[in-house]
Amino acid sequence: MPIRTEGDSAPAPAAARSDPPQASRLLALYRTMARIRAFENAAEIASQGGVQAWGLEASAKPALVRGPLHLSTGQEAVATGVCANLTREDLLTSTHRGHGHTLAKGADVNRMMAELFGKATGTNHGKGGSMHIADFSVGMLGANGVVAAGMPIAVGAAHALRIRGRPEIVACFFGDGAVNRGPFLEALNWAVVFKLPVLFVCEDNRISATTPTGPMTGGPGAAARAESLGVAAVLADGNDVEAVDAAAARLIGDVRAGEGPRLLHAVTYRFKGHVSVDPGTYRDATEVARALESDPLKLARDRLVARGVAAADIAAIDAAATAEIDAAQALAAAAPFPDAASAYTDVQNTGAGQWR
Amino acid sequence: MALMSYAQAAATALAEAMRADRNVVALGEDLGRGGIFGQYRGLQQEFGAGRVIDTPISEATIMGAAVGMALAGLRPVVEMRVVDFALCAMDELVNQAAKNRYMFGGQGRVPLVARMPIGLWTASAAQHSQSLEAWFAHVPGLTVVAPSMPADNYGLLHSALESGDPVVYLEHKELWGFEGDVEPGVRVPLGAARIVRGGTDVTLVSWSKAMQTCVDAATELARAGISVEVIDLRTIWPWDRATVLGSAARTGALLVVHEAVQVGGFGAEIAATAAEETGCRVRRLGAPRIPSGYAKPLEDESRVTVAQVVAAARSLAAHNGG
Repeated sequence: MPIRTEGDSAPAPAAARSDPPQASRLLALYRTMARIRAFENAAEIASQGGVQAWGLEASAKPALVRGPLHLSTGQEAVATGVCANLTREDLLTSTHRGHGHTLAKGADVNRMMAELFGKATGTNHGKGGSMHIADFSVGMLGANGVVAAGMPIAVGAAHALRIRGRPEIVACFFGDGAVNRGPFLEALNWAVVFKLPVLFVCEDNRISATTPTGPMTGGPGAAARAESLGVAAVLADGNDVEAVDAAAARLIGDVRAGEGPRLLHAVTYRFKGHVSVDPGTYRDATEVARALESDPLKLARDRLVARGVAAADIAAIDAAATAEIDAAQALAAAAPFPDAASAYTDVQNTGAGQWR
Repeated sequence: MALMSYAQAAATALAEAMRADRNVVALGEDLGRGGIFGQYRGLQQEFGAGRVIDTPISEATIMGAAVGMALAGLRPVVEMRVVDFALCAMDELVNQAAKNRYMFGGQGRVPLVARMPIGLWTASAAQHSQSLEAWFAHVPGLTVVAPSMPADNYGLLHSALESGDPVVYLEHKELWGFEGDVEPGVRVPLGAARIVRGGTDVTLVSWSKAMQTCVDAATELARAGISVEVIDLRTIWPWDRATVLGSAARTGALLVVHEAVQVGGFGAEIAATAAEETGCRVRRLGAPRIPSGYAKPLEDESRVTVAQVVAAARSLAAHNGG
């Protein structure tokens, strides 16, 4: 099982120009990426004045999005390319940086933004916020505040689907930092032992919080570790949404066919700091500048233009995404906070009402 | 009515639950051969390896997978072998199983029963002997159960499986062979203590294997003219405040006895609450804050004895004018 590379396999623009279906799929992928980008940008602005961290003072201005906000700006192609190959009924586990996965899986942006604002109308009724964004109604089983914690949950969900004779699969997103935690090994091994329908997606943004992952990782990383356990792995350019889409399509095809788990290692870049108030100044400026040139939205835009899509049509997609998110923020701002009494609901059935 | 061991009682309850609901599964190490204490004996033969699942030695993923299974429609029973090994699965239990329902705003439920046997197990030393019920009682979202006899192990396991919550189910390793009558079909409700014997001078609360020490002590105290009301708490969280506080109010004196280390033990919670609510005198009796030693003289230092319970109850009764 060699580690295959998908980054160079995207269709050449010239060949695609006469092929409208390819442009239409890329347009759909681009639309999802634009919505994620608009969501992240708006959330970032709304978080300003939020937490006190990395030597920054919390501003006197109250933040609309409070607490740690982990942005996936720059990583949109991974969530988009993978989720384009999932059904609404498929399940997904996410990371602490999970807005993109949630949105790409089909969650309602109004309820998502309301959750970031801590409102009663949010997906979690204000109990989770950004770090625990979830929409079970579209199979999105939750962002998680603990690195690698979604991995055992993902294999368990897949195990249950198998036991119950269900046709769905599970997509398990995790970061490059997660490969150094034990649950990575345990979950991959478990998925192999029980031959479970899981696509593991290593969304490699090359940094673990504020420390580059490379020097902290022995060996060549996620794909090689997966292969050593018998999980076939594919390495893809995580900034190229078509490459991610193609790799995910093939791997998910294998998973759906009952061939057991697969791993997609998608290399991308986190444009922002670890949290929204972290300026990320610890990173090399030329590295960041180079990464911005590989912006997945820019790559997709260039490719769409090369295939004959009008710039105005692309601008219209961007404008629609911005308008949708602006409307979501207005709704979120106007929505009520949860009643304090709801702090005591959904704890547990047994002994409900006994809080002391 | 059937005479069963503590282990058989649990296996019987689980078999009944698996027959009644095909979504009940069990997973853990060595389950196929009946579990290391025989508490799963015969189950894989009846229900197959697909539902009584032998797993790798991966405690974190045994627990974490059970969370995922629960979210995807199953009702898993998790075997942790001994509570000491469950410490490898703390994120999965405390941050995931216990928090899932709340932090996701009630979108999901995690109905799982995590069996993690507690207690001193002769000559098993520091990493196979702990009683950590207080840790789990501290975590919102978890129910904590510690049965002391076969009928309760049967009836509480049924109730735990039916509760819909993540339940930390703490059987005691030195009780597996303990026999008693079990009435088929009789559930023991969660959160309900049992008054083992009535008394008027001192209330004695305990659970799990320490119950036997307490019953022996109460018999000895009765011979000395001290009437002890003995209560088996059975569920650590939510604990039966009405029964315990009602008894403490009547007797004016409360002694809590547990095998766990006394410092920060759950006895402290009960004693403090009883003092606040009833004004009764309180004492606690648990192990010293030392790891369990291997050699018998060392291990014995961690065991609460009948003599210690008798002495503590006597001092309470004396102060109470009893």
